[in-house]
Amino acid sequence: MADLAAHAVASPRPGRSFRAGLLWVVPPLLVLLVLFFYPLSLIVREALAPEGEGASLLHIETVLRSREFVSGLYHTVVIAGSATAGCLVLGFVLSLVIAFIPFPGAPIAGRLIDMIIALPTFLMTLAFTFIYGSAGLLNGLLVDAFHLEQPPVDFLYSQWGVILAEITVFTPFVMRPLLAAFSTIEPAQLEVASSLGARPFRVIRQIILPASLPALLAGGSLCLLLTVNEFGIVLFIGAKDVITLPMLVYAKAIQEFDYTSACVIAVVNVVLSLGLYGLYRAIISHFGGGNAGRV
Amino acid sequence: MVDITAQEIERCAPLDGVRTASRTSGSRIGFEDVSVAYGGLTVLKSLTLTVHPGEIVALIGPSGSGKTTALRVVAGFVRPSSGRIMIGDRDVTDLAPYDRQIGMVVQNYALFPHMRVEDNVAFGLQAQGAPRDVIRQRVPECLAMVGMSAYGKRYPRELSGGQQQRVAIARALAPKPQVLLLDEPLSALDTQIRRAMIDEIAKLHHDLPDLTVLYVTHDQTEALTLANHIGIMRDGEMQAFGEAQALFRHPPTRFAAEFLGRANLLSVGGLTAAGPGEARVRFGGAELLARNPHNLPEGRDCLLCVRPHHMRFAGEGAVANALTGVVQSVQWQGDVHNITLTAEGESLRMTCVPMAVPPALGDQLRVCFDPSEVTLVPEDAPRG
Ligand SMILES: Nc1ncnc2c1ncn2[C@@H]1O[C@H](COP(=O)(O)OP(=O)(O)O)[C@@H](O)[C@H]1O
Ligand SMILES: [Mg+2]
Repeated sequence: MADLAAHAVASPRPGRSFRAGLLWVVPPLLVLLVLFFYPLSLIVREALAPEGEGASLLHIETVLRSREFVSGLYHTVVIAGSATAGCLVLGFVLSLVIAFIPFPGAPIAGRLIDMIIALPTFLMTLAFTFIYGSAGLLNGLLVDAFHLEQPPVDFLYSQWGVILAEITVFTPFVMRPLLAAFSTIEPAQLEVASSLGARPFRVIRQIILPASLPALLAGGSLCLLLTVNEFGIVLFIGAKDVITLPMLVYAKAIQEFDYTSACVIAVVNVVLSLGLYGLYRAIISHFGGGNAGRV
Repeated sequence: MVDITAQEIERCAPLDGVRTASRTSGSRIGFEDVSVAYGGLTVLKSLTLTVHPGEIVALIGPSGSGKTTALRVVAGFVRPSSGRIMIGDRDVTDLAPYDRQIGMVVQNYALFPHMRVEDNVAFGLQAQGAPRDVIRQRVPECLAMVGMSAYGKRYPRELSGGQQQRVAIARALAPKPQVLLLDEPLSALDTQIRRAMIDEIAKLHHDLPDLTVLYVTHDQTEALTLANHIGIMRDGEMQAFGEAQALFRHPPTRFAAEFLGRANLLSVGGLTAAGPGEARVRFGGAELLARNPHNLPEGRDCLLCVRPHHMRFAGEGAVANALTGVVQSVQWQGDVHNITLTAEGESLRMTCVPMAVPPALGDQLRVCFDPSEVTLVPEDAPRG
């Protein structure tokens, strides 16, 4: 709302440019409508009133009460929550090191982060299976070294494997806004704090952390959004019992041809995502976006 | 001399009384042959300097001359490549900044933006583990000291520059440091507020006579008003050091004379001794009498330092140290008239009380100055 108002104020000739503006806005809106909202509306309609059946909410209740759905929702929330928490902690620590500990590779590290953001998410997962998979490097070494029958390391094929892979892939999304926020902290503030007797840990807690709170919130909610919807990583890890909502949609629609259930679950997933996206936008606009950076 | 007494007091004090004893007697700041290099470049060259307990020493010099570096080496943000830093009789060269117990105020205030004024002031006390009731008593005390009692609940962004700098000073003084470092604390403020703040810092130091202050500035008014001693820095070296008035009246080098108070420097020659501490020199056709505090030898070419406000109009009769010049420019600045003359091919500035009828451009003007107020200064050695 606030920035809408700001735009309205900033716009130089609101009366004249309104019609011209409309011309620019309508075609992309139409494209969006055809390509995005129409299919979405089909999904919603299928979820609410399945084809061939009358409008009844009974099937929705059945889906939402099913074991699969509850377990899928649980896994989705736990994985997204843990992965986001992990990204925040790891991202904060790594950003601190890159921003405040002078070492020759710091600028390269910054660019590397951008590169990781650009990579497809399953790539890291593939690398993970090479390293930690049952036929991977680590297990191979351990089996050879200790003459074992079974590969000893199998955390990868569990919820923890998914969480670890998501932390690795999504941490850069936290680091980008964090590094932007850190670069706005006046070095003199940190120096004055330490001359007042504050040890590094207190400086981090009382000066750096509050200054980077908007970035942490923005990065965290973005992470949450991405992990709630993550499909590729979960699929690639292929852990048997780890079924998240996107996986469930896939299973219902593609493997079981149960489109109605798939659409119900998809709608829940969309609502969850939109809620998180709303949170993300709210945080960005509340803090003016300056500190939060953009990803 | 004074710091030796201070050390003796500290040595005699019982162990648990050391801090009180040293606080009541103040601590010196000592640079002992300190050099600082960034990469291969030496930006502070063998600085040796003592700021005696309770004294204000100003380091003044053009931008890039190493003033901030000197201050940061005391605070512990830069390690000297050689030499030692002493605070009181502690060698702090290897101490981390947070163990040095120093107050620091910087040009852009560096207040913590997300903390209220009172929390900014309490920060140092908390960091140093002061008990709650001490903090609760000390914070209002410090805010009162800088006249900011009414602003404790505000955030820094809700304050003007001058107010922010007061808070920064209160924050630095709250943990009762023995040593205060100020790096161009007033340069971000406009002239009027700066004048007022100079007075307030002077008053503050009057109220805290044991506080040892190192004050970095490029503004000579601040230095002359506040400092007991002034060090003039240039290219990482201390060019001149002395008691503020002496340094102003008898600058030891051309650079010191120019930097501290924009002196007129006339090239003179044929120096001959004339009475104790005085000498006669030739300036074109004129013979001038001046003080020779640096005992420049006879026959030496040197500079005659005349402050613009020491020049007066000479009447018709015979006067000592009279020169005739041609008026080049006349400027009225409210409380003074600035006049530029040329005499013997050199330009001379004079300031005088505003005149109803100022001299016109091109007029011949006869001016003079008192021999006791002009000083002979050696020409700087060629720099290599
Ligand atoms: N962190 C740094 N790295 C490299 N050179 C520096 C650094 N800080 C200061 N310098 C150099 O040291 C010299 C002195 O700087 P400084 O002490 O800030 O001067 P001043 O405060 O008198 O303006 C300058 O030439 C400056 O470029
Ligand atoms: Mg400086």
